[in-house]
Amino acid sequence: MTQANSVETSTPTPQKQRKAVALISGGLDSLLAAKVIQEQGIHVEGINFYTGFCVEGHTHAIRKKDKDKQKRNNALWVAEQLGIKLHIIDISEEYKDIVLNPKHGYGANLNPCLDCKIFMVNQAQAWAWAEENGFDFIITGEVIGQRPKSQRKETMPIIARESGADDRLLRPLCAKNLLPTLPEREGWVDREKLYDFSGRSRKPQFELAKKFGFDDFAQPAGGCCFLTDANYSAKLADLWEARGERRYELDDIMLLKVGRHIRPKPNFKLIVSREEGENNFLQGYKKQFTSIHTVSHGGPLTLLDGSFDKDDIKLAAQIVARYSGGKSANAVTVQIENFNGTSYVMDVPPMPAHEVKEEWHV
Amino acid sequence: MSYKHSLDCSNLLCPMPVIRTQNALKELAIGDTLEVICTDPGTLSDIPTWCRINQQEVIDTKEHDNQIIFIIKKTAN
Repeated sequence: MTQANSVETSTPTPQKQRKAVALISGGLDSLLAAKVIQEQGIHVEGINFYTGFCVEGHTHAIRKKDKDKQKRNNALWVAEQLGIKLHIIDISEEYKDIVLNPKHGYGANLNPCLDCKIFMVNQAQAWAWAEENGFDFIITGEVIGQRPKSQRKETMPIIARESGADDRLLRPLCAKNLLPTLPEREGWVDREKLYDFSGRSRKPQFELAKKFGFDDFAQPAGGCCFLTDANYSAKLADLWEARGERRYELDDIMLLKVGRHIRPKPNFKLIVSREEGENNFLQGYKKQFTSIHTVSHGGPLTLLDGSFDKDDIKLAAQIVARYSGGKSANAVTVQIENFNGTSYVMDVPPMPAHEVKEEWHV
Repeated sequence: MSYKHSLDCSNLLCPMPVIRTQNALKELAIGDTLEVICTDPGTLSDIPTWCRINQQEVIDTKEHDNQIIFIIKKTAN
Protein backbone atom coordinates (compact mmCIF):
# COMPACT_ATOMS: atom_id res chain seq x y z
CA MET A 1 0.00 0.00 0.00
CA THR A 2 1.39 3.37 -0.98
CA GLN A 3 1.35 6.25 1.40
CA ALA A 4 -1.13 8.06 -0.82
CA ASN A 5 -3.54 5.15 -0.64
CA SER A 6 -3.36 5.11 3.13
CA VAL A 7 -4.91 8.56 3.42
CA GLU A 8 -8.55 8.14 4.30
CA THR A 9 -10.98 10.47 2.68
CA SER A 10 -14.03 11.39 4.69
CA THR A 11 -16.57 14.16 4.68
CA PRO A 12 -15.81 16.55 7.54
CA THR A 13 -18.50 16.73 10.20
CA PRO A 14 -20.39 19.98 9.61
CA GLN A 15 -19.85 22.41 12.44
CA LYS A 16 -22.89 23.40 14.40
CA GLN A 17 -24.16 26.85 13.48
CA ARG A 18 -23.54 28.85 16.64
CA LYS A 19 -26.10 31.43 17.67
CA ALA A 20 -25.68 34.54 19.76
CA VAL A 21 -28.14 36.93 21.35
CA ALA A 22 -26.99 40.55 21.17
CA LEU A 23 -28.22 43.15 23.62
CA ILE A 24 -29.11 45.99 21.27
CA SER A 25 -29.46 49.40 22.89
CA GLY A 26 -29.52 51.28 19.60
CA GLY A 27 -26.16 52.94 20.16
CA LEU A 28 -22.95 52.49 18.23
CA ASP A 29 -21.26 50.03 20.58
CA SER A 30 -23.96 47.39 20.46
CA LEU A 31 -24.16 47.80 16.68
CA LEU A 32 -20.42 47.18 16.34
CA ALA A 33 -20.34 44.31 18.83
CA ALA A 34 -23.06 42.44 16.94
CA LYS A 35 -21.40 43.16 13.59
CA VAL A 36 -18.02 41.87 14.78
CA ILE A 37 -19.61 38.56 15.75
CA GLN A 38 -21.74 38.35 12.61
CA GLU A 39 -18.54 38.73 10.58
CA GLN A 40 -17.31 35.51 12.16
CA GLY A 41 -20.23 33.57 10.73
CA ILE A 42 -22.29 33.45 13.93
CA HIS A 43 -26.07 33.71 13.63
CA VAL A 44 -27.03 36.80 15.63
CA GLU A 45 -30.44 37.97 16.79
CA GLY A 46 -31.06 41.04 18.91
CA ILE A 47 -32.90 41.73 22.12
CA ASN A 48 -33.87 45.18 23.22
CA PHE A 49 -35.31 45.80 26.66
CA TYR A 50 -37.87 48.50 27.30
CA THR A 51 -37.51 49.83 30.83
CA GLY A 52 -39.79 52.86 30.51
CA PHE A 53 -36.76 55.13 30.81
CA CYS A 54 -35.42 54.52 27.31
CA VAL A 55 -34.47 57.63 25.38
CA GLU A 56 -35.60 57.58 21.81
CA GLY A 57 -35.63 60.42 19.33
CA HIS A 58 -39.37 60.42 18.96
CA THR A 59 -40.02 60.40 22.69
CA HIS A 60 -39.15 64.07 22.33
CA ALA A 61 -41.16 64.26 19.13
CA ILE A 62 -44.38 64.39 21.09
CA ARG A 63 -43.58 68.04 20.65
CA LYS A 64 -44.76 69.45 17.33
CA LYS A 65 -41.69 71.62 17.07
CA ASP A 66 -39.62 68.46 16.72
CA LYS A 67 -41.80 67.03 13.99
CA ASP A 68 -39.28 67.72 11.25
CA LYS A 69 -36.58 65.79 13.04
CA GLN A 70 -36.09 62.23 11.94
CA LYS A 71 -37.99 59.88 14.19
CA ARG A 72 -36.77 56.37 14.54
CA ASN A 73 -36.23 53.74 17.16
CA ASN A 74 -32.49 53.30 17.08
CA ALA A 75 -32.60 49.67 18.19
CA LEU A 76 -34.83 48.87 15.22
CA TRP A 77 -32.56 50.88 12.96
CA VAL A 78 -29.52 48.94 14.19
CA ALA A 79 -31.28 45.62 13.62
CA GLU A 80 -32.16 46.65 10.09
CA GLN A 81 -28.57 47.68 9.37
CA LEU A 82 -27.38 44.31 10.61
CA GLY A 83 -30.17 42.38 8.89
CA ILE A 84 -31.09 40.63 12.13
CA LYS A 85 -34.35 39.98 13.92
CA LEU A 86 -35.02 42.15 16.94
CA HIS A 87 -37.12 41.05 19.89
CA ILE A 88 -38.28 43.97 22.03
CA ILE A 89 -39.18 42.97 25.55
CA ASP A 90 -41.19 45.07 27.98
CA ILE A 91 -39.45 44.77 31.35
CA SER A 92 -40.82 48.02 32.78
CA GLU A 93 -42.64 46.28 35.63
CA GLU A 94 -39.76 44.05 36.74
CA TYR A 95 -37.36 46.96 36.29
CA LYS A 96 -38.94 48.94 39.11
CA ASP A 97 -37.05 46.91 41.68
CA ILE A 98 -33.77 47.80 39.96
CA VAL A 99 -34.56 51.52 40.06
CA LEU A 100 -35.92 51.50 43.60
CA ASN A 101 -33.44 49.10 45.24
CA PRO A 102 -30.17 48.98 43.34
CA LYS A 103 -27.84 46.59 45.16
CA HIS A 104 -24.80 48.33 43.69
CA GLY A 105 -26.12 51.86 44.13
CA TYR A 106 -26.67 54.74 41.74
CA GLY A 107 -24.34 56.55 39.36
CA ALA A 108 -24.17 60.34 39.16
CA ASN A 109 -27.98 60.61 39.06
CA LEU A 110 -30.68 58.00 39.69
CA ASN A 111 -29.05 55.66 37.18
CA PRO A 112 -28.52 52.14 38.59
CA CYS A 113 -26.22 51.21 35.69
CA LEU A 114 -24.44 48.19 37.17
CA ASP A 115 -27.60 46.55 38.51
CA CYS A 116 -29.28 47.38 35.20
CA LYS A 117 -26.63 45.60 33.15
CA ILE A 118 -26.71 42.54 35.44
CA PHE A 119 -30.48 42.48 35.15
CA MET A 120 -30.49 42.77 31.37
CA VAL A 121 -27.88 40.12 30.80
CA ASN A 122 -29.76 37.91 33.21
CA GLN A 123 -32.97 38.57 31.33
CA ALA A 124 -31.24 37.64 28.08
CA GLN A 125 -29.86 34.50 29.70
CA ALA A 126 -33.08 33.53 31.39
CA TRP A 127 -35.38 34.29 28.55
CA ALA A 128 -36.96 30.95 27.77
CA TRP A 129 -36.97 31.75 24.09
CA ALA A 130 -33.20 32.11 23.98
CA GLU A 131 -32.62 28.67 25.43
CA GLU A 132 -35.44 27.01 23.53
CA ASN A 133 -33.95 28.27 20.30
CA GLY A 134 -30.49 27.00 21.09
CA PHE A 135 -28.63 30.25 21.54
CA ASP A 136 -25.07 29.65 22.68
CA PHE A 137 -23.91 32.95 24.08
CA ILE A 138 -24.67 36.61 24.73
CA ILE A 139 -23.00 39.67 23.24
CA THR A 140 -22.90 43.16 24.69
CA GLY A 141 -21.23 46.32 23.42
CA GLU A 142 -19.56 47.10 26.73
CA VAL A 143 -16.10 48.66 26.68
CA ILE A 144 -13.83 48.78 29.71
CA GLY A 145 -13.65 52.29 31.12
CA GLN A 146 -16.36 53.64 28.82
CA ARG A 147 -18.79 54.41 31.61
CA PRO A 148 -17.71 55.32 35.10
CA LYS A 149 -20.13 53.07 36.96
CA SER A 150 -20.86 49.92 35.01
CA GLN A 151 -18.12 49.57 32.46
CA ARG A 152 -14.99 49.15 34.54
CA LYS A 153 -12.61 46.20 34.42
CA GLU A 154 -13.48 45.24 37.99
CA THR A 155 -17.23 45.33 37.36
CA MET A 156 -17.20 43.17 34.22
CA PRO A 157 -16.79 39.89 36.15
CA ILE A 158 -19.54 41.00 38.55
CA ILE A 159 -21.96 41.37 35.63
CA ALA A 160 -20.97 37.98 34.20
CA ARG A 161 -21.21 36.23 37.58
CA GLU A 162 -24.32 37.83 39.04
CA SER A 163 -26.26 37.65 35.79
CA GLY A 164 -25.67 33.90 35.68
CA ALA A 165 -24.24 34.19 32.17
CA ASP A 166 -20.68 33.54 33.43
CA ASP A 167 -18.35 32.92 30.53
CA ARG A 168 -21.10 32.78 27.94
CA LEU A 169 -21.07 36.58 28.04
CA LEU A 170 -18.79 37.94 25.34
CA ARG A 171 -17.84 41.60 24.89
CA PRO A 172 -16.35 41.68 21.41
CA LEU A 173 -15.11 45.28 21.63
CA CYS A 174 -12.91 44.73 24.68
CA ALA A 175 -12.60 40.93 24.83
CA LYS A 176 -8.83 40.99 24.45
CA ASN A 177 -8.56 42.87 27.73
CA LEU A 178 -10.49 40.15 29.53
CA LEU A 179 -10.02 36.43 30.12
CA PRO A 180 -11.13 34.23 27.20
CA THR A 181 -14.81 33.30 27.41
CA LEU A 182 -16.35 29.98 26.45
CA PRO A 183 -17.07 30.99 22.81
CA GLU A 184 -13.40 31.92 22.44
CA ARG A 185 -12.01 28.83 24.19
CA GLU A 186 -14.25 26.54 22.18
CA GLY A 187 -13.21 28.21 18.95
CA TRP A 188 -16.74 29.35 18.06
CA VAL A 189 -15.23 32.79 17.61
CA ASP A 190 -11.66 33.75 16.81
CA ARG A 191 -10.29 35.79 19.72
CA GLU A 192 -7.72 37.35 17.40
CA LYS A 193 -10.53 39.03 15.47
CA LEU A 194 -11.97 40.63 18.60
CA TYR A 195 -10.89 44.01 19.99
CA ASP A 196 -9.10 45.57 22.95
CA PHE A 197 -10.88 48.90 23.23
CA SER A 198 -10.74 50.66 26.59
CA GLY A 199 -11.31 54.09 28.06
CA ARG A 200 -13.69 56.88 27.30
CA SER A 201 -12.33 57.76 23.86
CA ARG A 202 -14.78 56.97 21.07
CA LYS A 203 -12.13 57.12 18.37
CA PRO A 204 -11.64 53.31 18.04
CA GLN A 205 -15.40 52.84 17.69
CA PHE A 206 -15.64 55.55 15.05
CA GLU A 207 -12.80 53.93 13.09
CA LEU A 208 -14.45 50.51 13.29
CA ALA A 209 -17.78 52.02 12.24
CA LYS A 210 -16.05 53.54 9.22
CA LYS A 211 -14.50 50.18 8.35
CA PHE A 212 -17.95 48.57 8.40
CA GLY A 213 -19.49 51.45 6.46
CA PHE A 214 -21.79 52.72 9.22
CA ASP A 215 -22.14 56.49 9.16
CA ASP A 216 -25.61 57.30 10.51
CA PHE A 217 -25.49 55.77 13.96
CA ALA A 218 -27.06 57.25 17.09
CA GLN A 219 -24.90 59.18 19.51
CA PRO A 220 -27.13 59.90 22.49
CA ALA A 221 -25.33 62.47 24.63
CA GLY A 222 -26.29 61.00 27.97
CA GLY A 223 -26.52 57.38 26.95
CA CYS A 224 -29.81 55.71 26.16
CA CYS A 225 -31.52 56.10 29.53
CA PHE A 226 -33.37 59.06 31.03
CA LEU A 227 -32.08 58.11 34.48
CA THR A 228 -28.63 59.38 33.49
CA ASP A 229 -30.18 62.82 32.95
CA ALA A 230 -29.90 65.17 35.95
CA ASN A 231 -33.14 67.06 35.21
CA TYR A 232 -35.14 63.90 34.74
CA SER A 233 -33.71 62.36 37.91
CA ALA A 234 -34.61 65.52 39.84
CA LYS A 235 -38.23 65.19 38.66
CA LEU A 236 -38.34 61.56 39.70
CA ALA A 237 -36.87 62.38 43.12
CA ASP A 238 -39.48 65.15 43.48
CA LEU A 239 -42.26 62.68 42.68
CA TRP A 240 -41.06 60.29 45.39
CA GLU A 241 -40.68 63.06 47.93
CA ALA A 242 -44.16 64.44 47.23
CA ARG A 243 -45.74 61.01 47.58
CA GLY A 244 -43.78 60.17 50.70
CA GLU A 245 -42.68 56.89 49.20
CA ARG A 246 -40.44 55.61 46.46
CA ARG A 247 -42.74 54.11 43.88
CA TYR A 248 -43.89 54.87 40.34
CA GLU A 249 -46.18 53.67 37.60
CA LEU A 250 -45.37 53.70 33.91
CA ASP A 251 -47.65 56.70 33.34
CA ASP A 252 -45.73 58.65 35.99
CA ILE A 253 -42.42 58.20 34.25
CA MET A 254 -43.93 58.96 30.84
CA LEU A 255 -45.35 62.22 32.14
CA LEU A 256 -41.97 63.23 33.59
CA LYS A 257 -40.80 63.51 29.97
CA VAL A 258 -43.54 65.95 28.99
CA GLY A 259 -44.34 69.59 29.77
CA ARG A 260 -43.35 72.03 32.47
CA HIS A 261 -43.60 70.55 35.96
CA ILE A 262 -44.47 73.21 38.50
CA ARG A 263 -44.94 72.41 42.18
CA PRO A 264 -46.31 75.49 43.99
CA LYS A 265 -47.15 73.45 47.10
CA PRO A 266 -45.86 70.10 48.36
CA ASN A 267 -49.24 68.39 47.92
CA PHE A 268 -49.67 68.92 44.19
CA LYS A 269 -47.97 69.85 40.96
CA LEU A 270 -49.02 71.08 37.54
CA ILE A 271 -47.93 69.45 34.30
CA VAL A 272 -48.28 72.27 31.78
CA SER A 273 -48.02 71.45 28.09
CA ARG A 274 -45.60 73.60 26.14
CA GLU A 275 -47.18 73.32 22.71
CA GLU A 276 -49.73 71.52 20.56
CA GLY A 277 -47.98 68.17 20.41
CA GLU A 278 -47.78 67.95 24.19
CA ASN A 279 -51.38 69.17 24.41
CA ASN A 280 -52.44 66.23 22.24
CA PHE A 281 -50.44 63.83 24.36
CA LEU A 282 -51.83 65.11 27.67
CA GLN A 283 -55.39 64.85 26.30
CA GLY A 284 -55.00 61.10 26.68
CA TYR A 285 -54.63 61.51 30.46
CA LYS A 286 -57.81 63.50 31.10
CA LYS A 287 -59.59 60.43 32.40
CA GLN A 288 -56.89 59.91 35.03
CA PHE A 289 -56.19 63.46 36.17
CA THR A 290 -58.06 66.66 36.93
CA SER A 291 -57.21 69.00 34.06
CA ILE A 292 -57.38 72.73 33.42
CA HIS A 293 -57.59 74.48 30.08
CA THR A 294 -58.19 78.09 29.16
CA VAL A 295 -61.49 79.02 27.52
CA SER A 296 -61.29 82.77 26.92
CA HIS A 297 -57.79 82.65 25.44
CA GLY A 298 -55.56 80.13 23.76
CA GLY A 299 -53.48 78.26 26.28
CA PRO A 300 -51.93 75.05 27.47
CA LEU A 301 -53.67 71.95 28.70
CA THR A 302 -52.58 71.27 32.25
CA LEU A 303 -52.88 68.20 34.44
CA LEU A 304 -52.95 68.38 38.24
CA ASP A 305 -51.10 65.60 40.02
CA GLY A 306 -51.51 65.05 43.75
CA SER A 307 -54.20 66.08 46.20
CA PHE A 308 -55.67 69.57 46.20
CA ASP A 309 -58.56 71.65 47.52
CA LYS A 310 -60.53 74.56 46.05
CA ASP A 311 -57.84 77.12 46.90
CA ASP A 312 -55.17 74.94 45.33
CA ILE A 313 -57.22 74.67 42.14
CA LYS A 314 -57.59 78.46 42.03
CA LEU A 315 -53.83 78.84 42.49
CA ALA A 316 -53.23 76.31 39.71
CA ALA A 317 -55.71 78.09 37.44
CA GLN A 318 -53.85 81.39 37.93
CA ILE A 319 -50.58 79.71 36.97
CA VAL A 320 -52.20 78.16 33.89
CA ALA A 321 -53.59 81.60 32.94
CA ARG A 322 -50.08 83.02 33.21
CA TYR A 323 -48.96 80.58 30.48
CA SER A 324 -51.95 81.37 28.25
CA GLY A 325 -52.52 83.98 25.57
CA GLY A 326 -54.33 86.01 28.23
CA LYS A 327 -51.34 86.46 30.52
CA SER A 328 -51.67 90.27 30.25
CA ALA A 329 -55.48 90.29 30.60
CA ASN A 330 -57.29 91.19 33.81
CA ALA A 331 -58.99 87.82 33.91
CA VAL A 332 -58.83 84.53 32.06
CA THR A 333 -61.66 82.02 31.97
CA VAL A 334 -60.52 78.48 32.61
CA GLN A 335 -62.36 75.20 32.62
CA ILE A 336 -61.60 72.65 35.31
CA GLU A 337 -62.44 69.11 34.31
CA ASN A 338 -62.45 66.31 36.81
CA PHE A 339 -61.32 62.88 35.69
CA ASN A 340 -64.89 61.61 36.13
CA GLY A 341 -66.02 64.02 33.40
CA THR A 342 -67.69 66.73 35.54
CA SER A 343 -66.47 70.25 34.87
CA TYR A 344 -66.92 73.90 35.76
CA VAL A 345 -65.48 77.24 34.73
CA MET A 346 -63.96 80.10 36.71
CA ASP A 347 -62.40 83.47 35.98
CA VAL A 348 -58.99 84.09 37.46
CA PRO A 349 -56.40 86.83 37.23
CA PRO A 350 -53.21 85.48 35.61
CA MET A 351 -50.37 85.14 38.08
CA PRO A 352 -47.69 87.77 37.38
CA ALA A 353 -44.49 86.20 36.03
CA HIS A 354 -42.42 87.25 39.05
CA GLU A 355 -44.79 85.43 41.40
CA VAL A 356 -44.19 82.09 39.69
CA LYS A 357 -41.25 81.23 41.88
CA GLU A 358 -38.12 79.71 40.40
CA GLU A 359 -38.10 76.96 43.03
CA TRP A 360 -41.56 75.83 41.94
CA HIS A 361 -40.10 74.59 38.66
CA VAL A 362 -39.16 70.96 39.16
CA MET B 1 -64.21 48.14 7.52
CA SER B 2 -63.87 46.28 10.80
CA TYR B 3 -61.09 43.83 11.43
CA LYS B 4 -61.38 40.63 13.39
CA HIS B 5 -58.13 41.37 15.18
CA SER B 6 -57.66 44.93 16.38
CA LEU B 7 -55.17 46.47 18.78
CA ASP B 8 -55.63 49.90 20.35
CA CYS B 9 -52.27 51.53 21.10
CA SER B 10 -53.68 55.05 21.50
CA ASN B 11 -51.57 57.27 23.74
CA LEU B 12 -48.82 54.70 24.03
CA LEU B 13 -45.36 55.92 23.18
CA CYS B 14 -42.90 53.89 21.19
CA PRO B 15 -41.73 51.28 21.62
CA MET B 16 -44.88 50.13 23.44
CA PRO B 17 -47.01 50.03 20.25
CA VAL B 18 -44.28 47.93 18.61
CA ILE B 19 -44.12 45.57 21.59
CA ARG B 20 -47.91 45.19 21.66
CA THR B 21 -47.97 44.57 17.91
CA GLN B 22 -45.16 42.02 18.19
CA ASN B 23 -46.96 40.18 20.98
CA ALA B 24 -50.37 40.31 19.26
CA LEU B 25 -48.96 38.88 16.03
CA LYS B 26 -47.50 35.95 17.96
CA GLU B 27 -51.04 34.86 18.77
CA LEU B 28 -52.23 34.98 15.14
CA ALA B 29 -51.95 32.48 12.31
CA ILE B 30 -50.04 33.07 9.09
CA GLY B 31 -52.28 35.02 6.72
CA ASP B 32 -54.28 36.74 9.50
CA THR B 33 -54.48 40.52 9.49
CA LEU B 34 -54.20 42.84 12.47
CA GLU B 35 -55.44 46.42 12.72
CA VAL B 36 -53.22 48.57 14.96
CA ILE B 37 -54.43 52.00 16.08
CA CYS B 38 -51.71 54.39 17.24
CA THR B 39 -51.29 58.05 18.16
CA ASP B 40 -47.49 58.29 18.51
CA PRO B 41 -46.05 59.68 15.25
CA GLY B 42 -42.97 57.57 15.93
CA THR B 43 -44.97 54.51 14.93
CA LEU B 44 -44.93 55.71 11.31
CA SER B 45 -41.28 54.74 11.27
CA ASP B 46 -41.12 52.03 13.91
CA ILE B 47 -43.95 49.68 13.00
CA PRO B 48 -42.99 49.36 9.32
CA THR B 49 -39.33 48.90 10.34
CA TRP B 50 -40.22 46.21 12.84
CA CYS B 51 -42.35 44.49 10.21
CA ARG B 52 -39.53 44.60 7.64
CA ILE B 53 -36.90 43.10 9.93
CA ASN B 54 -39.29 40.45 11.19
CA GLN B 55 -40.70 39.58 7.76
CA GLN B 56 -44.24 40.83 8.40
CA GLU B 57 -46.20 42.85 5.87
CA VAL B 58 -47.80 46.27 6.36
CA ILE B 59 -50.61 46.22 3.81
CA ASP B 60 -52.12 49.62 4.59
CA THR B 61 -51.35 52.78 6.61
CA LYS B 62 -53.87 55.57 7.18
CA GLU B 63 -53.53 58.84 9.09
CA HIS B 64 -56.66 60.55 10.34
CA ASP B 65 -57.30 63.03 13.20
CA ASN B 66 -54.02 62.38 15.02
CA GLN B 67 -54.58 58.64 14.63
CA ILE B 68 -52.38 56.33 12.62
CA ILE B 69 -53.92 53.02 11.60
CA PHE B 70 -51.84 50.14 10.30
CA ILE B 71 -53.14 46.96 8.73
CA ILE B 72 -50.55 44.24 9.13
CA LYS B 73 -50.62 40.80 7.59
CA LYS B 74 -48.82 38.05 9.44
CA THR B 75 -46.48 36.49 6.90
CA ALA B 76 -43.92 34.71 9.12
CA ASN B 77 -43.69 33.07 12.52
